Amino acid sequence: MSLSRRLLLGAGAVTALGAGALGLGWWQVDGPGAAQPASPTRNLPRPLGEMDVTLTDHRGRRVTISDWVGRPSLVFFGFTWCPDVCPTTLSDISLWLEELGPDADRLNVALISVDPERDTPEVLADYLGYFDPRIVGVTGEPGEVARILGDFRAKAERIEDVKGDYTMNHTAGVFLFRADGSFGSIIDFHEDRRFAVPKIRRAMKKEQP
Amino acid sequence: MKLPVIAVFAFGLSAGLAQAEPVRQGNLEIDAAWARASIGTSRPGAAYFTVRNFGDEGDRLIGLSSPVSTMTMLHETTLSEGISRMAHVEAAEIPASGELTLEPGGMHVMLMELATPLREGATFPLTLAFEAAGEVTVEVHVFGPGATGPAE
Repeated sequence: MSLSRRLLLGAGAVTALGAGALGLGWWQVDGPGAAQPASPTRNLPRPLGEMDVTLTDHRGRRVTISDWVGRPSLVFFGFTWCPDVCPTTLSDISLWLEELGPDADRLNVALISVDPERDTPEVLADYLGYFDPRIVGVTGEPGEVARILGDFRAKAERIEDVKGDYTMNHTAGVFLFRADGSFGSIIDFHEDRRFAVPKIRRAMKKEQP
Repeated sequence: MKLPVIAVFAFGLSAGLAQAEPVRQGNLEIDAAWARASIGTSRPGAAYFTVRNFGDEGDRLIGLSSPVSTMTMLHETTLSEGISRMAHVEAAEIPASGELTLEPGGMHVMLMELATPLREGATFPLTLAFEAAGEVTVEVHVFGPGATGPAE
């Protein structure tokens, strides 16, 4: 592989910026399709405790992501103008929480908006009213949202349509973190509930000494 | 053609009252058309259905329209490298003796610029244009904003 190709690869992934040459080397050796950006599972999110980004939740309260340490967390990215993937993910999560029963009360469950321009706290509150009340919506300044996306090694991209409207491409999986803030695993979009709920339970187990 | 009528009747019973009967058009049967309720009219809505082809030749879904939306399009959600994207689909195949399924996270009808909110419990008409079978209008049942399908 040529150096220019290598550089192009690095430029393709925002996450590679911080990784440096060592990370890039590992990535090329380890990544299956070296011509594609690394998948989120190969480029792990930072521990929650290191995420000092402060956003605003759907109740208008300021939330610093590192404050989620102490409870297992379930975090995903979306936006309320999203007609298909986001309501599906929210419905999936609502079903998982239902299956977890009272145990789910020990979780932080958060939707981080990738569309802060339209998703104000009020808009999020209105939208989330239709789903499990344990799901917290989080939004913020575009710069803050970009930082948190970087911390999660997640991506969002604005796509303009012909009529001056826009939609967002975004990372679709659900990120699981243990109570100590360390990254657990990702529940992929459309992952079977038979696998999703045990994954959550596994992330929750680590909180017991 | 008695058999399909009985089949339709039996299906209607098994699926309960919320389920509309499938609509037959030529060799095609359109079934289980549903949408999620919208929150207001500013966001796009999404609708889903299944088309079964009982014929020996394939057909294509080439157009969609509805009075509830000024821009009704076929879209497909695709996932690559963990990132979801939506793409416009010009036409979708319904293979001979096969089916086309629109479902959450896959192909769906995008209802853009809603003229009226999609209210839970209501229905709205959706016209499907097929290359061979022609046009047919079905009633789409609106479920809650968090619905996952018509079988709830």
